Amino acid sequence: MSHRNAQYAARALAIAVLVSLPVWIGNSYYINIASQILIWAVLALALNLLVGYAGLTSLGHASLFGIGGYAAAMMLAAGHGHALAVPVALIVTLLASAVFAVLALRATGIGFLMITLAIGQILWGIAYRWASLTNGDNGISVSSRPAPFGLSLAAAPAFYYATLLVFLLAVASMAVFVRSPFGASLVGTRDQARRMTALGYNVWLIRFLTILFSGFWSGVAGLLFIYYNQFISPQVVALTTSAEALLMVISGGSGTLLGPIVGAAIVVVMKNVVSAYIERWNLVLGVIFILIISFMPEGLVPGSVRLWRAGWQALRGKNVATARAAGAPEASR
Amino acid sequence: MSLWLTLAVNSIALGGLLFLLSSGFSLIFGLMRIPNLMHGSFFMLGAYLGVTLLARGVNFWVAALVSTAALALIGGLIERVLLRRLAGDPLPQVLLTLGGAFIVADLCLLLWTGDPWQPGTPEHLRGVVQVAGLYFPLFRLVIVAVGLIVAIALWLLVDWTRLGAKIRAGVDDAAIARVVGIKVSQLFTLVFALGAALAGFGGVMGAPYLSVYPGLDFEMLPLALIVVILGGTGSLLGALVGSFLIGFLYNFGQAMFPDLAYVILFLPMLVILVLRPQGLFGKVVP
Repeated sequence: MSHRNAQYAARALAIAVLVSLPVWIGNSYYINIASQILIWAVLALALNLLVGYAGLTSLGHASLFGIGGYAAAMMLAAGHGHALAVPVALIVTLLASAVFAVLALRATGIGFLMITLAIGQILWGIAYRWASLTNGDNGISVSSRPAPFGLSLAAAPAFYYATLLVFLLAVASMAVFVRSPFGASLVGTRDQARRMTALGYNVWLIRFLTILFSGFWSGVAGLLFIYYNQFISPQVVALTTSAEALLMVISGGSGTLLGPIVGAAIVVVMKNVVSAYIERWNLVLGVIFILIISFMPEGLVPGSVRLWRAGWQALRGKNVATARAAGAPEASR
Repeated sequence: MSLWLTLAVNSIALGGLLFLLSSGFSLIFGLMRIPNLMHGSFFMLGAYLGVTLLARGVNFWVAALVSTAALALIGGLIERVLLRRLAGDPLPQVLLTLGGAFIVADLCLLLWTGDPWQPGTPEHLRGVVQVAGLYFPLFRLVIVAVGLIVAIALWLLVDWTRLGAKIRAGVDDAAIARVVGIKVSQLFTLVFALGAALAGFGGVMGAPYLSVYPGLDFEMLPLALIVVILGGTGSLLGALVGSFLIGFLYNFGQAMFPDLAYVILFLPMLVILVLRPQGLFGKVVP
């Protein structure tokens, strides 16, 4: 009971910190970094549904992240309002997710990953090469941020609060999703797909719906991203973006809700810090990948817990051993 | 008429090049089941090494041989030191090779800058060949010939030699293969090194034709992937047919729909995935 209370307290504290963040940070540069972290966290959480809970590793999630953004940017560039562009972008994202799912679910495991990689490259190819549609490498500018209910999101704190609201909605909806019976059946398809089939579950449909759900939130993150940058270019749908999202999930710890959020924070902070000093972000990204895979394959959050426990145990074991050597072990048992 | 013929010759040449790239990928991914996302990086690295040697006035074939050997060494080391620890675990392998690919890309950018390099076609391969009143650039034909020779050599190696039989045994059932005295671990390093070497060799052969530039790695990787998915994983014949198919599609697509050429490449793969997921020549894995 006290454990649960502690959890509630921790959550309330986390939300309080996030809500009050702009007040005690003040500097709009850092508020913007906080917004970036929240945006990437939404994408990482969405990807984590597939990687962590469905056991399907997608290396093409940047396409779902970017396609909604492109749709919205094109609508806005054509002179439509935000009220139309946003829902259209989300519908486009859902349709794209459905196609993505149908193709990628022809395989599981490594085949799934390779197909998603290829789909991601197709989207990148369209964004980069089909210049008459997407303006190619020059990208598309988004002239203004939306102003829901007359509240302008132009300033950094206002945009941060809008992002925070979306982020909290995403976390809440994913918590519900994961803990629902559907979420349990999803984990079932990850661990024992054939048994789930034998039990009468439609494994394909479960995975399909999960990809739609994941794609929806990826698209939402993509919309936040283009409104944050007020710009979209092929870089957004490049393999690097998919890889970064995957790194966030893996580094934080897949299959948990906290892990991808921590991973997003680590990667975004590191990217901003590294980029400030050297140009070699890709090199650093690659080295981190290899280090994490080699030394903490389960992710930083579970990995640190494991190392901490192991260290603690070693310490205690050593104490017991010294106590034994002192000659009074049996009595204490 | 002559435009179409030129396109056809280019298509066949690109097909030969793609085969060098994807046969190595087929060995590593199809046979050993290692999803090697560094394959495009091997190609690019081989091309850069070859170009550097050519710029120093080294003979083309010597440059090709040296880069190929270098890539075999690099591939073997990566397999031994990094991938070996993750045997049979595809997700970490993907991430590790992806990380490696980023590192190679950034190091190449550091060493060779962002400018494209295009070595001239080597002197003795520069001419044209006249067949039935039509002229063909010699170098393109050389690429095709080399591709075919490699195809035959690989087929003989895998299907008809003792070494090939050992490799196949190691892939089918590593534990039993070890029991009968096959050194599976060494064989796998060898196969990985061979795959990397083929990619590097392809890179050198392709350099005068494609030129070398940053981003070539992630442009070639999906091509290898398409070819192998099209042809069927683990099938050398599939890789050969897939390579020429993609070679034609790329050149004709480029000529007819320049905006969409890159996307058109993926269409046959999507069709195959929907209709025949095991690929044209792939076997159904139960």
